[in-house]
Amino acid sequence: MIKFLTLVGNYFILLKKVFSKPEKPSVYYKQTMRELVFLGLNSVGIIAIISFFMGAVITLQTAYNTENPIYPKYLIGLGCRDSMILEFSSTISALILAGKIGSNIASEIGTMRVTEQIDALEIMGVNSASYLILPKLVATIIFNPILTLLAIAVGITGGGLAGWFSGVVTPESYIYGIQYEFIPYYITYSEIKTVFFAFIITSISAFQGYYVEGGSLEVGKASTKAVVYSSLLILLFNVILTQLLLS
Amino acid sequence: MITVKNLNKSFNGHRVLENISVVFETGKTNLIIGQSGSGKTVLLKSIVGLHDADSGEVWFEDTLFNKLPFLEKKVIRSEMGMLFQGSALFDSLTVEQNVQFPLDMFTNKTNEEKIERVNFCLKRVNILNSNQLFPSELSGGMKKRVAIARAIALNPKYLFCDEPNSGLDPLTAIVIDELIKELTMEYSMTTIINTHDMNSVMEIGEKIIFISKGLKCWEGDKNEILISDCGPLNDFVFANSLAKRLRSEYRK
Ligand SMILES: Nc1ncnc2c1ncn2[C@@H]1O[C@H](COP(=O)(O)OP(=O)(O)OP(=O)(O)O)[C@@H](O)[C@H]1O
Ligand SMILES: [Mg+2]
Repeated sequence: MIKFLTLVGNYFILLKKVFSKPEKPSVYYKQTMRELVFLGLNSVGIIAIISFFMGAVITLQTAYNTENPIYPKYLIGLGCRDSMILEFSSTISALILAGKIGSNIASEIGTMRVTEQIDALEIMGVNSASYLILPKLVATIIFNPILTLLAIAVGITGGGLAGWFSGVVTPESYIYGIQYEFIPYYITYSEIKTVFFAFIITSISAFQGYYVEGGSLEVGKASTKAVVYSSLLILLFNVILTQLLLS
Repeated sequence: MITVKNLNKSFNGHRVLENISVVFETGKTNLIIGQSGSGKTVLLKSIVGLHDADSGEVWFEDTLFNKLPFLEKKVIRSEMGMLFQGSALFDSLTVEQNVQFPLDMFTNKTNEEKIERVNFCLKRVNILNSNQLFPSELSGGMKKRVAIARAIALNPKYLFCDEPNSGLDPLTAIVIDELIKELTMEYSMTTIINTHDMNSVMEIGEKIIFISKGLKCWEGDKNEILISDCGPLNDFVFANSLAKRLRSEYRK
């Protein structure tokens, strides 16, 4: 219990260091651009592929579960749309990104710690926490909402194509379904969740990496912990945020 | 001048440094020597503030450094350069960007001025035509030299070197030692070097302190070290058979 409280305390101390005044805004700007490419653009592919197939599967499953003629066919499009917007684009994507960028962040920062690169920054008088973590936080908080929109668009498209080619639903009724009683707030809800999740993934993973002690073995452990802890927190905050935002 | 007074440091109840007091002089190469695990790195890191000492004082000239708040420490840190045991070059940056990093961070020089300074520093440590290489493409000795170039980029007043020549062949090791000594005199820096290499001690040991099990056992220069009567120091200095033979010849 005391260990847990120390951990939480250290996490907030680190965050405080991260949000102190940057030494040189221009250097931070350059770093943020770099992270936008590394953490953001490089995740476009995986999110697009996974969303496409998830959309396809959701459509097919909805179709086979509603074969009874009392259900109108447009329900299939509607089901795919709502699953993509409400859960897939934010929560499932966040879990995937926790695996991809979370382990990446923890191992990058952890390696810098054990090879004394962080000490080298500190000795120059650079606020290492802020220099290393702030650009990553800003980049993911800016870019993950874009990934969420992408996931929604690609997933719904994937669903439509799967429905059309398998013949379970015509393009017309699918398109009718995805427009039927559309609630724009669901997108806002999803984006709010995404921003929280982006903060969780980046800050937790960076925290795990920043306080590594030892060698490459410990870096490996830290990156596993980064993925596990950020995934658990994403699931927990998913429940909390859903209760707050949708009730 | 850096003055350390009654410095103590322990990790989880395990005493690593005990009551260390020492003065490191300006314009000289000050050596901290001792066996592996004796606490050299911990002492160096406590001096520069990477470890917080449990008690004791570290003075840079007449500023009590280790009690300063973070922001004021940063001012003095901008006058420090440090060479780490494993070089600690930034993996994601090229040689040129590594040396340029402190200039980007702390000066308002134009790009041309920065490149000029970078090339000057790299030339000073004899690294030529490697500006665009990444650290993973360099040999161990080259890494150390690039790290020295980065450490002197901002003309520091204080230079700290943690085992600058461990893992290098004796010739390269001497080249690096000489380089550090020259830089120290040229810019009249206060330089502190951790080492367990007796060659370095004999080449550049202008002021030497010997640490054993966290205690400062002996202090002197390279001439005095051969005739000291401190037991652990003699074991350290005359560890190999060549040295033992020379000593017995010398005593005869
Ligand atoms: N962060 C730390 N946590 C706990 N113990 C530490 C830590 N750093 C060093 N020690 C302990 O302090 C002692 C001295 O270590 P130090 O790294 O200063 O040795 P050294 O003299 O630099 O050795 P070497 O020549 O091998 O580099 C060792 O017993 C080590 O286990
Ligand atoms: Mg050491």
